[in-house]
Amino acid sequence: MSGKNSIMQNIVRFLKSRNGKILIGTFIFWLILYPLNKFNVMNNYWMHVVNVSLIFVILTVSLNLINGFTGQFSIGHMGFAAVGAYTAATLTTLVWKVPSHGIVAYTAFIGALLLGGIAAAFIGFLIGLPTLRLRGDYLAIVTLAFGEIIRVIINSIDFVGGPRGIPGIPRFSTFTVVVVVTVLSVIIMKNVIYSSIGRALLSIREDEVASELVGVDTTRYKVLGFTVGAFFAGIGGGLLAHLVQYINPLQFGFMATIYVLIMVYIGGVGSISGSIVAAIGLTFLSEGLRFGLDKLNSVTPFPVGPEWRMVIYSVLLVATMLYKTNGLMGDREFEVLIPEEEDENAKHSA
Amino acid sequence: MPNTALKVDHVTHYFGGLRAVHNFHMELPQGVIWGLIGPNGAGKTTIFNLITGVYTPTEGKIYFRHNKHGNEVTEDITRYKPHTIVSKGIARTFQNLRVFNNLTVLDNIRIAGHFRIQYGLYDSVVRNRKFKEEEIKLREEAMKLLEMFNLHSRAYTLAKGLPYGELRRLEIARALATHPLLLLLDEPAAGMNPKETEELMDMIRWIKKEFNLTIFLIEHHMKFVMGICERIKVMDFGETIAEGTPEEVSNNPKVIEAYLGRKK
Repeated sequence: MSGKNSIMQNIVRFLKSRNGKILIGTFIFWLILYPLNKFNVMNNYWMHVVNVSLIFVILTVSLNLINGFTGQFSIGHMGFAAVGAYTAATLTTLVWKVPSHGIVAYTAFIGALLLGGIAAAFIGFLIGLPTLRLRGDYLAIVTLAFGEIIRVIINSIDFVGGPRGIPGIPRFSTFTVVVVVTVLSVIIMKNVIYSSIGRALLSIREDEVASELVGVDTTRYKVLGFTVGAFFAGIGGGLLAHLVQYINPLQFGFMATIYVLIMVYIGGVGSISGSIVAAIGLTFLSEGLRFGLDKLNSVTPFPVGPEWRMVIYSVLLVATMLYKTNGLMGDREFEVLIPEEEDENAKHSA
Repeated sequence: MPNTALKVDHVTHYFGGLRAVHNFHMELPQGVIWGLIGPNGAGKTTIFNLITGVYTPTEGKIYFRHNKHGNEVTEDITRYKPHTIVSKGIARTFQNLRVFNNLTVLDNIRIAGHFRIQYGLYDSVVRNRKFKEEEIKLREEAMKLLEMFNLHSRAYTLAKGLPYGELRRLEIARALATHPLLLLLDEPAAGMNPKETEELMDMIRWIKKEFNLTIFLIEHHMKFVMGICERIKVMDFGETIAEGTPEEVSNNPKVIEAYLGRKK
């Protein structure tokens, strides 16, 4: 009797905690959108946009881990996503040839997704070791080059279709799968950031010399941050491949990285919350402008096409840099993303 | 000498063609406060950078006596990386403050305890008991240290919001958070008024006793150095020009010449 009570108490206590609130929030989010799509109130197109925006949350937070938290300016992020996407898609579509339904197929997909992440992390580790001696612009150039090298190598591998890419990937990234993987990824990265390891990464961003001289092995932690970031880029890439059902090397080009980079900077360097808001907001803005600009076209005397999206994007970025240097969220976080023990206010009320 | 904490053995260092330090030799006994003085550009900070591993000396060796699994050993630390040297027990502060500005005061201290943390990436992801216990221990230790330096009310403030005097204290507290045996202070009294300097002297004496340290410091402020150091080394243009007690050094004609110029 009392045993049963204490289990209930533990569940209630967990649900009242911030992690519990994340869980409840996610569930409500799913509970609203899933039936909306099921009963066709919200069509598949907008559901697709929701899925893409969530995948971009993973990509943006993981790039923020490298650029914002560790302070290493990397612009080869989509290269890692490409490794993840190609590894996962090659396994599911070309090697295992899994069917598109069933528990076995899904297990295989989860395995492929993880292996994709691990492959990306491994490549990140290999690239990180020699390049992270460089700083600032030099590091940016080298990561850019490596990102392109990865793309060009994939382009020339016949087995994965070369420039034609891989068509006919089964659609495993359903709304439910994307939500679960995104929330898990964000929580894992949040847990890394709010630990001694995360503080070591932050200290490298703040002052590398001082960090080394209070005992942080800066080389090791720079590579670690880079590897973890690459891992989640790989997971994001794998999800994207199984959502769009077709990948080719061009999708993972430099412009795609810039797209994620803009999300990081508009959202705020060193803020998980900012990355989430910016990834979702900008994906929707981008899709909304597709329609908005078309409508505008019929009103204005000169032609305004959807290609003006990129102009608006650039203006947004420039405006952010001029008027809100730290991005939307700066170094701030939503309360639920900060562990209770790290929050002064929560500590006093407890 | 059995109780030598640090031995800098005839160290010479070149920056390209410039000889920044020439034949510097010192055997620092355990539990003393020694000072290093000299005009600007004499090579004082270079000595600190050599000891802490920021630079590797062109010639000469550096030995450090510390505890290894409960045994006192003297180890050649000449080619170690800075973070390894910190873990052996040498901590330092900087001439121009180098605190982590955009992090909280508490985080500044906790980062200095990072290398002692036993948990890894996996433990921090799953937040297991090992993670929680170590985090609590680290936090309590950091708060205790902050309390000793009267900074505990500032624990959650960003370091950049602190006034100068508190930043100085924070930097010393951060150095102590690495559990050092030897503390190197690079111009601790820089930018302080006479009253603050007075307080700093008391604090350094207290730290030495409280944490059972050996202290080696660089300072320009003569009253400060003369008041606190048991022995002083004087450098000029990379050479050691004098060494001795404060009285001996202050009466040494070479030292007076280096600081004030030659009498015509």
